[in-house]
Amino acid sequence: MIERLSLLYPEIVLFLGACLVMVIGLSPKREVRSLCGFASAGSLLIAGLLAINTSAGNTTPLPGLLPYVKAILAGVGLLLVLLLSGVVDRRDEEEIAAGRRAFSAMRSNRAEFHAFFLFSLMGAMLCATADDLIWLFLALELTSLPTYVMVAVSTRGTRAQEAGVKYFFLGALGAGIFLYGFALLYGGTGSTNLAQIARELARQGAAGDINPIAMAGLMLAVVGVSFKIAAVPMHFYTPDVYQGAAAPVSAMLAFVPKTAGFVTILTLVSCAGWSYGFVDGRDVYGAGFALPAELRIALWVIAALTMTVGNVMAVLQTSIKRMLGYSSVAHSGYMLVGVLAGAAAGEESGYSFAQSGVAAVLFYLLVYGVGNLGAFAVLASMERRNPDGELVEADEFGDVRGLCRSSPLAGWTMVLSALSLLGLPPLLGFFGKFGLFSAGIAAGDYALVVILGLNSAIAAFYYLRLVAVSLLDEPQGSTYAPTTILARPLAGAVSALGVIVLIAFAEPLMQAATKAGRVAPMTLGVSPEGVRRAQTTELPEPGTGDRGAPSGAPAPEGEHDGAGH
Amino acid sequence: MSATLLVILTLLPLAGAAVLALRPEGQARTVALWTTLLALGAAGVAMVQFRWDHGADMQGVGRLEWAPSLGLSLSVGADSVAMLLIGLTALLGPICVYASFTAIEHRRRTYYGWLLVLQSAMTGVFCARDLVLFYTCFEFTLVPMYILISLYGSTNRKKAATKFFLYTFTGSVLTLAGLLFVVWFNATQLVPTDGPGAGKWTFDIGALQHAAVRMSSGQQAWVLAAMMAGFAVKVPLFPLHTWLPLAHTEAPTAGSVILAGVLLKLGTYGMYRFVLPFVPSAVVEYAPFLAVLCIMGIVYAGLICWVQEDVKKLVAYSSVSHLGFCILGMVALNQIGLAGSVLYMVNHGLSTGALFLLIGMMYERYHTRSMREVGGLAAKMPIWATFMVFFAMASVALPGLNGFVSEFMCLMGAFQADSEFVRAGQVGATRGVLGPVYAAVAGTGIIVAAMYLLMMVGKMCFGPLREPHAHHAHESHAPPVLPPDLSAREIVILLPLAALCLVLGLYPRPVLQTLEAPTTRAVDWVWEHAGVRGAPLAPQGGRP
Repeated sequence: MIERLSLLYPEIVLFLGACLVMVIGLSPKREVRSLCGFASAGSLLIAGLLAINTSAGNTTPLPGLLPYVKAILAGVGLLLVLLLSGVVDRRDEEEIAAGRRAFSAMRSNRAEFHAFFLFSLMGAMLCATADDLIWLFLALELTSLPTYVMVAVSTRGTRAQEAGVKYFFLGALGAGIFLYGFALLYGGTGSTNLAQIARELARQGAAGDINPIAMAGLMLAVVGVSFKIAAVPMHFYTPDVYQGAAAPVSAMLAFVPKTAGFVTILTLVSCAGWSYGFVDGRDVYGAGFALPAELRIALWVIAALTMTVGNVMAVLQTSIKRMLGYSSVAHSGYMLVGVLAGAAAGEESGYSFAQSGVAAVLFYLLVYGVGNLGAFAVLASMERRNPDGELVEADEFGDVRGLCRSSPLAGWTMVLSALSLLGLPPLLGFFGKFGLFSAGIAAGDYALVVILGLNSAIAAFYYLRLVAVSLLDEPQGSTYAPTTILARPLAGAVSALGVIVLIAFAEPLMQAATKAGRVAPMTLGVSPEGVRRAQTTELPEPGTGDRGAPSGAPAPEGEHDGAGH
Repeated sequence: MSATLLVILTLLPLAGAAVLALRPEGQARTVALWTTLLALGAAGVAMVQFRWDHGADMQGVGRLEWAPSLGLSLSVGADSVAMLLIGLTALLGPICVYASFTAIEHRRRTYYGWLLVLQSAMTGVFCARDLVLFYTCFEFTLVPMYILISLYGSTNRKKAATKFFLYTFTGSVLTLAGLLFVVWFNATQLVPTDGPGAGKWTFDIGALQHAAVRMSSGQQAWVLAAMMAGFAVKVPLFPLHTWLPLAHTEAPTAGSVILAGVLLKLGTYGMYRFVLPFVPSAVVEYAPFLAVLCIMGIVYAGLICWVQEDVKKLVAYSSVSHLGFCILGMVALNQIGLAGSVLYMVNHGLSTGALFLLIGMMYERYHTRSMREVGGLAAKMPIWATFMVFFAMASVALPGLNGFVSEFMCLMGAFQADSEFVRAGQVGATRGVLGPVYAAVAGTGIIVAAMYLLMMVGKMCFGPLREPHAHHAHESHAPPVLPPDLSAREIVILLPLAALCLVLGLYPRPVLQTLEAPTTRAVDWVWEHAGVRGAPLAPQGGRP
């Protein structure tokens, strides 16, 4: 019990941090109130350090997920704390400082805002710790519930409230769908424990076919969770919510719920597939190692549609926030290629980052989080006062015109972030995409890789436009001025530096992702013959891949689909 | 030659760009010129140290492990083909900088900075012995070129730059997919005799080559298609050439020179380095198809040139036509054709680069590129006209000038490349899938080239002097007053190019000698691994 508890230390620290923030944020003393951000950052730092030292000891099919996921959540979370400063109570604080009114605990919402942020991160971390469907559901909801409020309060005016309401209702719909899926999964496998579900699904698959109820449950769960990652068909809220919320909150929406969603999808999918090959400790990567056909087809279609819809819609936008919203959809599509490609085999297999789709997804989450944060940070650090005296963030393409000349730091942050998101070598984004490409090819999913490539080219349209506007145009007609909150451009600068500096640390990061993406060997409790009989492809000798046999033509797409059940 | 030297050659312009970013705007030109001259010096040292008699061997090989998880390393090396192109890049560097002294008036730091970054990336492509390094540099050339065109080009520059970027980016993403397939294929090969890197996730070009040839012919065809998606856009091969005239016309002079001189060669070099060694059996199978595209490009682009009145566009389309010869020589798949093709890369860089420089110099004086508005300039600019005639002749492939040698070799290669003739015991025939018909049709391209280039020279240089009406008004508010004819600076820019054109035309032997070994090896490799089609040919009864 105590060992299991140690897995939760980062979450516990965040919880304590959230409680602390809630108290000090209500202090009538300005100095104490302003410690809120530091307290959040401090608890994230401690949680991150604890996470790195957590041993990978979960019982799910992906036991190594915890340290990596929690560490990147804490790392990007630190940048988000910087970026989120001054989001909710800036005007109140200004008025209080000017002596126009006294501090009122009832009106202040800084404390809740920071606490909600920490709760959301805690929920995302819990998704990686969860070993049970109930936990997983609660963790997902813990991730999302605070964000609904954060969106609604992030700016004054009806737009943020509209965004908040829209986000909440669609989020509730998504939650309903995946909860229904979880229930069916329980009905089809007789357990809520993920390891037992994995074993039961494997047994059903080996014996013939997966229980249709369980399969329907899996599908519903995946579709429901696709709300969190903003994938088709649950992507419709993305542009509106990203535009309605303040840019720092949008940056958070693009990272925290997405990470939680991908962790959940990886965990669920790993219960149903990839691990069939581990029979009697034999590494049979490349054969019979596939997802159930129904799930595979569903994910394939979702991935292809998500990338294409996201990118095509992003091209059409005139608002940068909406554009980044749709591009967030597209990036989820890219990552689904890695989900389809599957996991690297066990510790001893020798397969590296390049062949592991799960590792590619995990690495890409970091790459995307860093690059995306930079772009939103630039928007958050350009502002002007509208006629009502409210501060408005930059949003249209024209607002960042000539940014590299008028404020070089913000401009170059935008250029580097956009180019990294585009995946231009040698920036960090290229290596993220490179991992997805190679994992897709290693899994034999050539059609999807070509779609991924063409989509990257479509993405060039709008990212290039962002680069051209901020780098090449002359600064003119922009009424936006750099913000007085220096933490925001600082967050942007750190992330822009990150897309360059992290290249040097690509190797340890990739190794950590590879370690995190390993599937635990599983014994099925049925005879290996039973499994082999069920597999349409014959198991090759250990270590030989079958799909690239020297003489063989590329295996047709469908060949792997039926494998394993 | 050591690996350090190659790394220095690659990084020196980048370092220059960093220095330039920190210096005041006024010093940009000086810093850029010195950096490129230094790089030229380093390239000179490298070329002296290079053992040209061992042209086929990779020299200056060095390797630095970087991210073993992804199989990434930084590894460099150059054979004589790469070395020639490195030399060409280094030579065009200072020429481009020096040529921009009067043309670029605003945001000089940005301009020269990106020019230097571009040079680094291009050198990196030729030095790379690692797929990822190659691809990184190959892709990264897009950004500087995009910025150079869209900031410093003429009226339609934004559209041209975007079209250039999107065209090339789309193609090269597919190339990446193809190359990654080869890497994955190599990783699944577990027979140790296959090559040094079989069964490992590696991006080492030399190691991949051994595994790649084992792909089935179907796989090879797909990989060929994926690779050509990127390389053919870059070259550009006939139906994919539509970005080029626009980009060339809109680019600033130095941009056009780099574009014609080196950037297009990235495509042909990519074909030489990847397509031939990686997918030999597909190349043999689809060589006629590629050759037909080349010939269509040669003739079609040539005819377009004929009706141009924008002189820069004319030279741009002539590039499409000329590079058709280059690829034709390559897909002839014999030594003479391949050597001609490599030589063509260098020659085209020299002569077309010089033509773009000349047009730029004319444009700075008259602010028009229309042959209807200016003409008969020999009367006013005799030195300019002399150079114009000279480089036009080099481009037409007049015997005695460089263009002739390579164009002749490419056609010769295509003519001889017919396995049927070898079977029939024809003397001089080599194994191949083209033949005299291809060479004959492509040969009409020479006539077309003579027509349009002579027409251009005739209109621009001879006849009654025509100057645009607004000419004097323009001149009055142009701050640096240019002399009517070429200044000493402009002559210094053109002279080395002219000298090289002459030397390579009159005495190409040393270059051809050093190209013999690598091209022979490449051609042998292709036929050795071309499967059934590569089987030894026995003459079925020679001629009496």
